[in-house]
Amino acid sequence: MPKDGGIGASSKRREDVRFLTGVGNYTDDINMHGQAHVFFLRSDVAHGTLTTVDTSAAADMPGVVQIFTGADFEAVGGMPCGWQVTDKHGEVMQEPRHPVLAHGKVRHVGEPIAAVVAETLEQARDAAEAIVVDIAELPAVMDMKAAVAEGAPKVHDDLTSNLCYDWGFVEENKDAVNKAFEEAAHVTTLELVNNRLVANPMEPRVAVGDYSRGTDEHTLFTTSQNPHVIRLLMGAFVLGIPEHKLRVVSPDVGGGFGTKIFHYQEEAFCTFAAKACNRPVKWTSSRTEAFMSDAHGRDHVTKIELALDADNNFTALRTDTYANMGAYLSTFAPSVPTWLHGTLMAGNYKTPLIYVNVKAVFTNTVPVDAYRGAGRPEATFQLERVVDKAARELGVDPIALRRQNFITEFPYATPVAVEYDTGDYHATMDKLEEMIDLPGFAARRKASEAKGKLRGLGVNCYIEACGIAPSNLVGQLGARAGLYESATVRVNATGGLVVMTGSHSHGQGHETSFAQVVAEMIGIDESMIEIVHGDTSKVPMGMGTYGSRSIAVGGSAMVRATEKIINKAKKIASHLLEASESDIELKDGAFSVAGTDKSVAWGDVTLAAYVPHNYPLEDIEPGLEETAFYDPSNFTYPSGAYACEVEVDPETGKVTIESFAAADDFGNIINPMIVTGQVHGGIAQGIGQALLENCAYDENGQLLSASYMDYAMPRADDLPMFDVDHSCQTPCTHNPLGVKGCGEAGAIGSPPAVVNAVVDALRSAGKEVTHIDMPLSPDRVWAAMQ
Amino acid sequence: MAQVSMTVNGKTASGEVEGRTLLSSFLRDTLKLTGTHVGCDTSQCGACVVHVDGVAVKSCTMLAAEADGADVATIEGQANADGSLNVIQQAFQDHHGLQCGFCTPGMVMSAAALLKENPKPSEGEVRAYLEGNICRCTGYHNIVKAIMAASGQDVSAIAAE
Amino acid sequence: MYNFEFEKPETVADAVAALGAEDAQALGGGQTLIPTLKQRLASPAVLVSLKGISEMQGICTANDGALCIGGATNHATVATEGGAYPALAATAAHIGDPAVRNRGTIGGSLANNDPSACYPAAALGSGATIVTNTREIAADDYFQGMFTTALEEGEIITEVRFPVPEKANYQKFLQPASRFALVGVFVAKYADGVRVAITGASNDGVFRWSEAEAALSANFAPEALDGLSLSGDDMISDLHGTGAYRAHLCAVMTKRAVAAAS
Repeated sequence: MPKDGGIGASSKRREDVRFLTGVGNYTDDINMHGQAHVFFLRSDVAHGTLTTVDTSAAADMPGVVQIFTGADFEAVGGMPCGWQVTDKHGEVMQEPRHPVLAHGKVRHVGEPIAAVVAETLEQARDAAEAIVVDIAELPAVMDMKAAVAEGAPKVHDDLTSNLCYDWGFVEENKDAVNKAFEEAAHVTTLELVNNRLVANPMEPRVAVGDYSRGTDEHTLFTTSQNPHVIRLLMGAFVLGIPEHKLRVVSPDVGGGFGTKIFHYQEEAFCTFAAKACNRPVKWTSSRTEAFMSDAHGRDHVTKIELALDADNNFTALRTDTYANMGAYLSTFAPSVPTWLHGTLMAGNYKTPLIYVNVKAVFTNTVPVDAYRGAGRPEATFQLERVVDKAARELGVDPIALRRQNFITEFPYATPVAVEYDTGDYHATMDKLEEMIDLPGFAARRKASEAKGKLRGLGVNCYIEACGIAPSNLVGQLGARAGLYESATVRVNATGGLVVMTGSHSHGQGHETSFAQVVAEMIGIDESMIEIVHGDTSKVPMGMGTYGSRSIAVGGSAMVRATEKIINKAKKIASHLLEASESDIELKDGAFSVAGTDKSVAWGDVTLAAYVPHNYPLEDIEPGLEETAFYDPSNFTYPSGAYACEVEVDPETGKVTIESFAAADDFGNIINPMIVTGQVHGGIAQGIGQALLENCAYDENGQLLSASYMDYAMPRADDLPMFDVDHSCQTPCTHNPLGVKGCGEAGAIGSPPAVVNAVVDALRSAGKEVTHIDMPLSPDRVWAAMQ
Repeated sequence: MAQVSMTVNGKTASGEVEGRTLLSSFLRDTLKLTGTHVGCDTSQCGACVVHVDGVAVKSCTMLAAEADGADVATIEGQANADGSLNVIQQAFQDHHGLQCGFCTPGMVMSAAALLKENPKPSEGEVRAYLEGNICRCTGYHNIVKAIMAASGQDVSAIAAE
Repeated sequence: MYNFEFEKPETVADAVAALGAEDAQALGGGQTLIPTLKQRLASPAVLVSLKGISEMQGICTANDGALCIGGATNHATVATEGGAYPALAATAAHIGDPAVRNRGTIGGSLANNDPSACYPAAALGSGATIVTNTREIAADDYFQGMFTTALEEGEIITEVRFPVPEKANYQKFLQPASRFALVGVFVAKYADGVRVAITGASNDGVFRWSEAEAALSANFAPEALDGLSLSGDDMISDLHGTGAYRAHLCAVMTKRAVAAAS
């Protein structure tokens, strides 16, 4: 019997009602009295020296309030980077200044050169057309390997080269790894590209800046996954505004997928300009601007080698990756190809020796940063592709080869510095095999062949590190922030609760699932609990939502704060019941004295806290409000096994997904309906990466896929129904809910399954294809078959 | 500037518009009906779908002046008279057919148009009809399921809770 | 968008007069023009909507059996009411998406002549007659390269006449992002021969594949096309496919259209 509330129930989402009736409150729905609009004049060349930015004619255009250029931002800070990577020689990474508006040079198509604030957006745009900009074009730095060659033109003149860092991990293991390769019975090598993607949340970014002269207070409404992080980064590092004079609000946010983590120039600009112009300033991104200004994702070029012994045991793994940073370092960019990627290279396997080399490279492209999965999809894709290739080369079953090398004992310390607390990889693989009717595949292939189609089956595993992250550990790794989370639980006199969480919900349904947790703990109805997030003036502190961290870290903080509430409430109840505190039990929203029929209701206790007439004032304060910060002691390690079946039209190269199955282990689950939805969405984005999505530049740095006319978003008819299971549960051992996180799994686990399936299909027709780079668009698949 | 007048969700609405004013802008900025969203500039994402004279259109690709005299329906007018969710809206909530909610108004309006044309669509027909509505969150699974459920079909055989 | 005046005349004559103004431009369903205006790639002073002209709306059958479609008729109407020419109705049913089909018009599509649009293939493949306010233009004379047609400034497509073939079919291979045709092939078999028109592929816009037409006129069967191919040299080569791939798809889609023709 499914539960009808609390932990484990598929409670319907309360937030849906406002979204379904058109009364959500997204940032673009906010219009301030006296608001002006900004239009950013953006570079249409990838690389060049700004020789002229003449705004004099534009300044006289109708409706213009003020025009800003790079010179206006010389006195403020550049856009900060939140993570400093130390390279294999012990040197810190090269970190260029990232100005709010370009100054001196432009370094990617879309970089803002000037900003026109006007009464209306169209007037701002008219005036922007009257700005005279001359750019002396320089050769665009596009190819990563060429960019780090001797004598290559430099993206940043003040850096020694285009190499941000050359990271080796674990450097001390390198010789042992090389030796293992010399001694290997078999080595499988694969060179591949992890394609550049654009996150494309359906809501484009928006920023509205406001300033009060009376109180010297700034307010920024912005489409962010982490308003407190924006407050800190923008206030402390860019504009010099103390946190107590800066409020950042992220109301309903229409999807994030990573790209709304980062602090962007438009946010700093609107905050700055609101004071400079003494009126609210609003910017709403067009989709075309989003393609040129939202941080992109992925874009790795990798060579991976897997060494095996004569019994097909994995003995060593070696990778060599070029990771594109784009023209500047976005907020968390340096961490993605390093600590979110190298640490996951063990995957689900007990490979004893691993060495990862990553060269991060500056190019004349939009900055690249975290996108759903961030580093972990890149790791999983390489590993699961090379394992599949090894199985083919050795003539063994790809599932059996995986099983043979699975880690089976936990906790397990990998050779890449992380310790998996729990997992059961055979269990998820068993479940997957149950789901996909493996014995029936031969018949399905025959049926496809009878229609002139090729059929392929691809399987893979994944592991990810979520619940980001232990602050002391990430501090050692270069993070310039702590990665705890906070929650304040405020109980009102009449018994209702408000939970102020630093996690941010932009589709994940926290308003529902977080309330389920508290309802379960106290034994009251979910409707008595309100979840508040996204406003720095309401929530004390927050590190936000990314890295599948909300329930594991934010949820844990909420549990800790609720425990404090319950402890205090028990004290009050013991006073009211004239019993010893240790005898007080809380069940179904009532406090009772163990072994008696004496009890007092939740509401009576909360009322007493605020009307303390009969109250132990000598021992405890009135009121019922508690805050907790939770800093995780380890990452969480969701894992799973995925399978994809495809049909390939050999005449056109078109790939159709016939079925997709996912068996995940997320540990304990709060709301199965929401978890399933998260996996669906992740799989869709993973299939999008595998088959459709390609952020492409030409050799001059022009963005070829700058709208939905050329960037292929997965549509309803590109995808099948998904078969998703999360009944395999090995609870996390180190957080109070035993949860692991589920937001990124689908995007991490699905691309290799698709590519493995397509390669399998082509090989069934005798094609000697070992790999095709994503996206496996019809033209590429057709070309691979020729 | 010209005066336009239309019926929006059953009520007369009028205002001054420029030639270039889009219907989506008129709804959002003039009438403050911000449930209609704009997610792209190439007429593809469908977050802005409303009904004009009974058929689905992309309000970001129609001038307000073109809708002069028309009967317009938006997401704000879809709930039942007592304020409760209508059958399609309720099915979206029941089957978790939305996450961030941004594409949702367009999805609901397209779903309503589909079910008017085709009261019992197959899965393939639903997917084909949603060609012009992009969702980045759900992978469409639960949207398709919700629309089929709203049409009165049994969706219990479709995987997942 | 730059601002413009909006006019919505009710007769062809009034529309022609309105289009006589300086920098006036006709507006059909706007499904291409409005996105173009948003990008500020066009700056008309006056937009003249053709949607209020009742004489340009609707579908009828001419005395000679041709299907006549008013220039301002939207795709959805052709899809549902164009059953006298099933392949044409099916073509219309797959242009864009449902909301686009409720606005976009046949006249607008043909006047724009996007090199990846569907209607140009249908019109050329059917040997349609483009009727304007001043004259009748054979499809073979009408299409003059991508985004280029025989229309004079201010000339309005009032009607398109499609001779109904014995058999026809349109095969569209989707460009995965835009959902326009990466390659679209319209094949129509008439008593006096077969026409094959291809969109999406060529740098010169829609074109007829005469070799295929000759082969199919002799034997209307997919195998008649065996060994025939087009060169990819002058074909569009972009992110979504090389010229060689498009040329290959032309042959594949032509065969499929023949096989599916009804």
